[in-house]
Amino acid sequence: MNKFCMQISALSSNEAFVRSTVSAFCAHLNPTLEQLEEIKTAVSEAFTNCVVHAYSRGEEQTIGVEVSLEKDRASIIIEDHGKGIEDVEKAMQPFFTTRPEQERSGMGFTLMNTFMDSVTVTSQVGNGTKVVMTKIIKEGD
Amino acid sequence: MQIEIIHQPNKLIARLAGELDEYSAVEVRKKLDWAIDLAVVQNFIFDFSGVTFMDSTGIGVLLGRYKKLKAKGMYVHITGANGHIDKILNTAGIYTIINKIAK
Ligand SMILES: Nc1ncnc2c1ncn2[C@@H]1O[C@H](COP(=O)(O)OP(=O)(O)O)[C@@H](O)[C@H]1O
Ligand SMILES: [Mg+2]
Repeated sequence: MNKFCMQISALSSNEAFVRSTVSAFCAHLNPTLEQLEEIKTAVSEAFTNCVVHAYSRGEEQTIGVEVSLEKDRASIIIEDHGKGIEDVEKAMQPFFTTRPEQERSGMGFTLMNTFMDSVTVTSQVGNGTKVVMTKIIKEGD
Repeated sequence: MQIEIIHQPNKLIARLAGELDEYSAVEVRKKLDWAIDLAVVQNFIFDFSGVTFMDSTGIGVLLGRYKKLKAKGMYVHITGANGHIDKILNTAGIYTIINKIAK
């Protein structure tokens, strides 16, 4: 196993850094360019959600990013210690958003599901949210 | 993200280049709304040829602009999205309301 983790400030200006870094690390598994794009989008969705939804404006907080590479898969964990999600099942439905006034589309979890092989969300109100995503990358894919 | 507004007879083309995410969206909305508010043509085209990354923030940005353009009675088109972004637009059902056209 090859592993990498970081704690990074919950700022939208960090989004590009986080998705590029995670996808660069995943490149160890020799994925296709398309698979790297898919990982980038899913990571961007999960990280942006922590920035936008987990913390109140002005709060100085961090987001945990962890990537583990195994023979045929990349596992990515994105975790915050913010306000949490009341109803995870409902939150994961297409077009569901609690922030329509900010032009959020409610498609974040849908895109994570579309581009990753598994997405597991655990959340506790007041304690935070943890998104675990796996992408299968087979040799010679 | 760079945005170039191109005026042509009967249409405005917004040529986007770079990465469209939560961070860049603030500026993108501002620039597009400025162009839309001044527009006196019938067609508005989003040219995605130069967009190298987009997440669901882009969906929200597009839907928001679409509402404004519709309210002005304009026709909205989109062109040039790469394969991955095309899949995102498709998944979000954008093509059911915004016309996809060839370059
Ligand atoms: N890390 C998080 N912390 C708190 N709430 C979250 C988090 N991630 C997602 N949510 C909730 O789930 C909803 C759906 O998320 P998503 O599908 O990404 O859509 P959007 O971000 O456009 O609202 C959000 O509107 C928000 O209420
Ligand atoms: Mg989201």
